[in-house]
Amino acid sequence: MVDAVRLLQLVINGAAAGCIYGLIALGFVLIYKATEMINFAQGDIMMLGGFFAFALIAHFGLNYWVGAALAIALTAAFGFALDALILRRVIGQPQFAVVMLTLGLGFIFRAVAGITWGYDSVGFETPFTNRTVKLGGLVLGADNLSIIVGTVVLCAVLYMFFSRTRLGIAMQASSQNQLAAYYMGIPVRTVFSLIWAISSGVAAVAAILLAPVSMIDVNMGFLGIKAFAAAVLGGFGSIPGALVGGVIVGVSEQLSGYYLPAGFQEVTANVVLLGTLVLRPQGLFSDALRKRV
Amino acid sequence: MRTLFRTSYRQDLRLWRHGGDLFWYGLLGIVLLLIPAALGEFYVGELGGVFIFAIAGVGLMMLTGYTGLVNLGHAAFLGIGAYTNAILLHAGVPFIVTLPAAGLVTAFAGVLIGIPTLRMSGLYLAIATLAFGAIVGTVLQKWDSVTGGFDGFAVPTPSIFGWPIEGATGVYYLSLAVLVFVLWVGANVLRTPLGRAMVAIRDSEISAQSMGINLALYKTVAFAISAGMTGLAGALFAHYVRFLAPDSFDILLSIQFVTIVFVGGLGSLHGAIFGALFVRLLPQAIAIVRDDLPFGIGRMPGLEPSLFGLILVLCILFEPAGIYGRWLKTKRWFQEYPLHRRAAKRRQKTYARSERLR
Amino acid sequence: MSLFHAEDISIRFGGIRAVDAVSFDVEPGEVFSIIGPNGAGKTTIFNLISRIYDPTSGRLMLDGQDITRTPPYRIASLGIARTFQNIELFTNATLLQNLLIGRHCHSKASFLAQLCFLPSVQREEIIHREKAEDVIAFLGLERYRDTLIANLPYGVRKVVELGRALCTEPRLLLLDEPSSGLNVEETELMGFWIEDIKKDLGITVIMVEHDMNLVRQVSDRVMALNYGRMMALGTPAEVQNHPEVIRAYIGGEA
Repeated sequence: MVDAVRLLQLVINGAAAGCIYGLIALGFVLIYKATEMINFAQGDIMMLGGFFAFALIAHFGLNYWVGAALAIALTAAFGFALDALILRRVIGQPQFAVVMLTLGLGFIFRAVAGITWGYDSVGFETPFTNRTVKLGGLVLGADNLSIIVGTVVLCAVLYMFFSRTRLGIAMQASSQNQLAAYYMGIPVRTVFSLIWAISSGVAAVAAILLAPVSMIDVNMGFLGIKAFAAAVLGGFGSIPGALVGGVIVGVSEQLSGYYLPAGFQEVTANVVLLGTLVLRPQGLFSDALRKRV
Repeated sequence: MRTLFRTSYRQDLRLWRHGGDLFWYGLLGIVLLLIPAALGEFYVGELGGVFIFAIAGVGLMMLTGYTGLVNLGHAAFLGIGAYTNAILLHAGVPFIVTLPAAGLVTAFAGVLIGIPTLRMSGLYLAIATLAFGAIVGTVLQKWDSVTGGFDGFAVPTPSIFGWPIEGATGVYYLSLAVLVFVLWVGANVLRTPLGRAMVAIRDSEISAQSMGINLALYKTVAFAISAGMTGLAGALFAHYVRFLAPDSFDILLSIQFVTIVFVGGLGSLHGAIFGALFVRLLPQAIAIVRDDLPFGIGRMPGLEPSLFGLILVLCILFEPAGIYGRWLKTKRWFQEYPLHRRAAKRRQKTYARSERLR
Repeated sequence: MSLFHAEDISIRFGGIRAVDAVSFDVEPGEVFSIIGPNGAGKTTIFNLISRIYDPTSGRLMLDGQDITRTPPYRIASLGIARTFQNIELFTNATLLQNLLIGRHCHSKASFLAQLCFLPSVQREEIIHREKAEDVIAFLGLERYRDTLIANLPYGVRKVVELGRALCTEPRLLLLDEPSSGLNVEETELMGFWIEDIKKDLGITVIMVEHDMNLVRQVSDRVMALNYGRMMALGTPAEVQNHPEVIRAYIGGEA
């Protein structure tokens, strides 16, 4: 006997969690599409964004919206610097090297965050904490709702940006063919750093949206591993795919936690991941690529 | 500078290039055999740990360094080998059987993860192995009836034909023997068509196929060999720690293995040894200088993983050939002095090569 | 009977017919060239023959044996070797190792024997080394034997690509634009080698080429393709004077 209200509750919780996975996956996919670098530190950049927001809002007492905007900007600048100073140097090295580099950077970020803000969980006041919204018989947490709405808004903005603005189109060009983009006068390396900036900004948004639901702490970057499942499910080249993938993973997790015996919820994301990789490696939305010899 | 005179093809097949090599390796062997007589139990124990990690490092090197298959879940193989060995010993099976059995069971697990990942490359393979490692870790935790779950699993003392292998010294000699065996097998792989096929797969899958190499078969074999070697390391690891806890085979351990392979020098057997030395001795080095560090850094939690990260980053930025690469360059400097050209060491500018289309 | 027979071979990528009902025979011991403008489908035919692509229709026969559905890794042991237009060498290995990988289809040792490096494996290794050295001598590559491919200039890499294909001891050799990127002397040398391969080694050659001098110098017969379809088939002189071929290369009245 399926309780419709309970089911809907699970779906909404799952969708909210999935939006977070999707946002992290989004940042991930942006970088991969452009530079073919796998940023294993994406989750940790999200963590840093969360801490920046905490410092600005809770510590320095700024207004929520101002603090959030500033935190996003700061994280974006951080991402830009990361690419310009460190990641640019490893272009041309095998992919494995870049994986290791970002893994190493993740360690460093966690340590720096731990030194600066300590290893305990922290939180800050948001307009959505502990508030509920009534929708015709359903009582939904404003925090979950804010995550979903915020994600949709952000994705719409990004879509507009990539398809309508010059910079967005330049980014698309650079990610498809670097040499041609250079010839067209696009400053490819700056564009890539800007992509890193956007990706980091998106990660910060994820952290800020997540804050009312779960606290900010040094290890929250491990959500990044679930974001892989989202990115793979969506097909690694696809931005809307990453989001859809995230929601599917999030909802599956909630459903398996409720309907399957204990212990299965933990492995759900990984099982979805492996399953996708085996059954349909190009994900739900992209086409398989083939080398021309 | 030494000029190599080669008079027969058989000479090129040998594991040592000339008499000098043989001399130094022989000397090294004698020193290693005598160490337990000279150093205290603590250092002997630590070296035993280095050997075990080197064995697992050679296993990963076969897969990642030679076949080009990234594995971010390598700790899973160590865990499977460790638990197989411990469980069989507990059931009364003699050690002389459980050791190879651990290797074989883990090799089989390697085949299990190898088969679904046959068509994956680069990024996807890395993520899939990550997921596999996590799943195995969870299985080891939750399957309490067999593995003892979070309560842990006490490992019985092994004995070979009635002789118990006890203490740090016992683990030391046993690990050294297995390490030599694994290095010999690894070197054999490299000088036969099997190893060349693996290298071919790493560099160009399409032309490897045109040369007659069955990708699916060789990738599976690479996984099997890699897992088998690491399974042996796992069995020894069980005796090293004497008490198995399932959460020790986590992603952090997998990253340590990847560090071994990378910092040591990707693509060489020596690299696995150097890497293992580095990864195992770094925590010791940190412990020694900990109190002398300024700003109270030494007392900070999370110092070890952050130093790991820092060294990894510096290594990739400045010396991607790893410790072995640096060793070769230094040797070359000494050999060519004073005619050494600085430009020989400079890295060539490389352009991004799309991995999406291999 | 012809050594190689392609019958009505076609492949489509989405809506594009890259190769459209092409049929041709290659006689044993001849040099057969395929020419055509860029995008005509020449390399696609090679990819079909070496089984990297599956044809959507048609048949491929090698010496009477149907190879239309053979998996790509079995092609080498059947006696077909190829070179690649954009050089697909193993860049992190030495020249010698590349050639030895070319010997792979002739290696018979079991995995276990290789892991233990048994004397039978050692003997085989020496035989492989001797054969590879024969190829090195044939192509004059002695001084580069132990150099990593990554450190070799383009011209030498093209020759190594040829050498690697020769190491498989093929019956049929597919050369994809052997002279692209080579200067005049290197191209001349390549022409001599192709002639030697035909006369001394008795290997049948199918060659995709743009350099008409080279085609005229070495080919016995030529096939011209355009838009995936065959335009002309015959001796070099016949094909070069074929009106459709002239129109495709130089253009004609609309």
